[in-house]
Amino acid sequence: MGNQQFLADKIRTEEYLLNMGPQHPATHGVMRMVLKLDGEEIRDVEPVMGYIHRSIEKMCEHVSYKQAIHLTDRLDYLSSHMNNEAVALLVEKAAGIEVNDRIKVIRTIMAELTRLASHQLWWAVMGMDTGALTTFFYGFRDRELINDIFEETCGSRLTMNYSLIGGVRYDLHENFVKRVKDFIAHFKKKLPEYDNLLSNNVIFRKRTEGIGILTKEQVIDFGMNGPTARASGFACDIRKKLPYSAYDKVDFQEILATEGDAFARYKVRILEMWESMSIIEQLIDNIPEGEHRVKTKAVIKLPEGEFLQRVETARGDLGVYVISDGKKNPYRLKFRSPSFANMHGLNTMSVGTKIADLVVNFSTIDVVVPDIDR
Amino acid sequence: MTANNTIITDFLMNEMHLTADLAFWVEIVVVAAVYLGVFAVLGLFLVWMERRVAAFFQLRLGPNRRGPAGIFQTVADALKLVSKELTGTEKRDRFLYTIAPYFVIVTALMALAVLPFSYELQAFDINLGVFFITSVSSVAVIGIFLAGWASNNKFSLIGGMRSGIQMISYELSTGMVIVAMAVLTGTLQLSEIVGYQQEHGWLILSGHIPAIIGFMIFMIAGTAESNRTPFDLVEAESELGSGYHSEYSGMNFAYYFLAEFVNMFIISAMAVILFFGAWLSPFGITDGIPYVGVIWFVIKTLGIVFVMMWFRWTFPRFRIDQLLTLEWKYLIPISMVNIVLMAIVVWLGLTF
Amino acid sequence: MSYFGDIANATKTLLTGMKVTGKYFFVNFFTRKDVITVEYPDNIDTLKMFDRFRGEVVMYHDENNQHRCDACTMCELACPNGSIEIVWDKAINEETGKPKKFLEKHIYHLEMCTMCGLCIEACPADAIQWGQNFHHSTRDRASLTKVLNQPGSSFIPGYKNPKK
Repeated sequence: MGNQQFLADKIRTEEYLLNMGPQHPATHGVMRMVLKLDGEEIRDVEPVMGYIHRSIEKMCEHVSYKQAIHLTDRLDYLSSHMNNEAVALLVEKAAGIEVNDRIKVIRTIMAELTRLASHQLWWAVMGMDTGALTTFFYGFRDRELINDIFEETCGSRLTMNYSLIGGVRYDLHENFVKRVKDFIAHFKKKLPEYDNLLSNNVIFRKRTEGIGILTKEQVIDFGMNGPTARASGFACDIRKKLPYSAYDKVDFQEILATEGDAFARYKVRILEMWESMSIIEQLIDNIPEGEHRVKTKAVIKLPEGEFLQRVETARGDLGVYVISDGKKNPYRLKFRSPSFANMHGLNTMSVGTKIADLVVNFSTIDVVVPDIDR
Repeated sequence: MTANNTIITDFLMNEMHLTADLAFWVEIVVVAAVYLGVFAVLGLFLVWMERRVAAFFQLRLGPNRRGPAGIFQTVADALKLVSKELTGTEKRDRFLYTIAPYFVIVTALMALAVLPFSYELQAFDINLGVFFITSVSSVAVIGIFLAGWASNNKFSLIGGMRSGIQMISYELSTGMVIVAMAVLTGTLQLSEIVGYQQEHGWLILSGHIPAIIGFMIFMIAGTAESNRTPFDLVEAESELGSGYHSEYSGMNFAYYFLAEFVNMFIISAMAVILFFGAWLSPFGITDGIPYVGVIWFVIKTLGIVFVMMWFRWTFPRFRIDQLLTLEWKYLIPISMVNIVLMAIVVWLGLTF
Repeated sequence: MSYFGDIANATKTLLTGMKVTGKYFFVNFFTRKDVITVEYPDNIDTLKMFDRFRGEVVMYHDENNQHRCDACTMCELACPNGSIEIVWDKAINEETGKPKKFLEKHIYHLEMCTMCGLCIEACPADAIQWGQNFHHSTRDRASLTKVLNQPGSSFIPGYKNPKK
């Protein structure tokens, strides 16, 4: 005992600061993390954001509601359909515009395709972060098919700007149904390959099982939602709790897990991909007929008051909140972004683990940094 | 070249009328130049092969513009690296920073010199052949440690530390597998190991179960020795930038880069010599023809190199403590048991 | 005993993973069937984009070099960030004898355009449309400010918009 005390007094270890700077291959975008390390163990993580702040909310105060939709594309660019849909649904609810069933079904199919594309990109990057570099290419190969579907119908691949107030911009292309069916048949064969390559791999399991555990209470305290929170058992799927568009007509399950570690978050997203495919399959064969656009006034003014619309993007619960004073520009348009809330769990998850675990944790939270900074 | 009067010495003394002493020294210079050439061409070829193989795994094409199937791409890369400025951090330890790359290069060249490319083509056939290769590879660890330390950069230091631990640990496993094979053949000299295989068949067949276990351990430990995925957290680009060689640029970086690939070749060559009969052809078809063994040796080694590349592009990487757990809790006990098993098999005469 | 079970399970999963990538390697090595690379500048002649692809905004001109834009400035009002500037003037219209706007220059700032498409929707005369050219990179920023109506073009006389 005397010897140990002597050593503890004489050997002094120091914590040192390591800056995973804004440009780094592992932070998915420009985000800076200041780590306090003791050897290889992390003592504190402090994320520093704001490197990609483009003042989207301020810009929205100077444009009309129709023009604000194209700005939301660039919030969380991997779920751009859901962002557009959120603002469109909000204005339609507040101004009392009714859309027909065809529009709702089209919006739902596009949203689920976007969710699939976003999860494919997440899987590709997750493999790359843990070191399996070929998963990047396999994930992107499958994502290209979805991008082609979008390009044919909406005109562009990433920032689609397809939902409008009162409908969608173009009617579905004649090849749309066939392309979607071909894609689903192709992807159903590829998802088991994803499992063989990464999910069942013993090295990957050891890297992710038991890492970064968050309990249900911690998740609710931080205000996290989306697949990150559902992996800890918090049932927060907006598509089930507050259904919008055509979600009340389809039959799907909300994926929950209980362990709350990195592998649970991984598994939840893979199973969500299966669920998305099942939703698309239920809707693609019977798209109702009708107009793709409802006639609206040229200048849309919302009545005075505050309105909220919540939408389930691929990352979680996006809330669009508008304070209107009766004019044609919103007085204040606020976006409650899911990545901003999810990121705050990083500190609790990572303290006491190693740098390699930080990369895995950050990858499973699946943030898109422009969504944090808006 | 095992006798005193080799072909080159004879040529020099008879045709060019040099004295025996001078012929000796000229021969050394010639052989050294040839091996430098082999090193350079091998490095460039392996980089090209890695890029093409990686591309086919990743559903791409790889370099296919410079030269037929892109074989001059690495020549272009080498020219680019040579023309770069040799930078370094301001407060680096200049002496150590400058000499660090030479450790890895010189040790790779020394190990290359004892490989039996064919019956006639072996530059340096000492009676401790296998032991020489392992001890020379251990010296390469110093180069990596020095690079991490002398760069005055926290990321490089972490990378260097990790790499040092990893390489020292995995040398134990490779050493024990080599001991097992030495128990089987009874010698450490490389040409005699090949001679044993010429009589009794390739060692992976003749020392059946212990040799197969030894081969699997050797593949895993060898991949770890040369810092490749799944053990490449020293240069884990997703985490640390570039690890121990992030502060090197231009020719210094090229040294590390080439040395990694030549190290991979040397480890594959060791696996081929110990398990697959270095330059022997299957069923002994062309064993009588001189110099043809080189082709067989290169083909077999490139096969094992391909398997190591397959590992790299499929698996995620280990964390440092999982890597050390794998070594100390799994590989070392199994390789120790393997030695005992091989000893029992040889004593009971159960080999083929 | 789980020591050996661990090893056996690990080997099995690793070999399954290798099988997935190995299959792609051997297919790509002998045939190039699964390669998804598109060798871009080489295939520029046969490259055809989709119909609705948003490359840039162009103005429709028919074979007599006439366009349909009558300088109503609806597109300029619809654009969220001011990428369109219309330079117009008034002249006496021959048919009705009243002063009417005509277009001098339709300036389009390609460098600021976000390809949202609100201008094309707002145009009542279907004068501007999507073009499919995406090779916009240039060394000189001034060439990104385009004038959409071609020199010497004139308004189609008596054009009645069928959509109105």
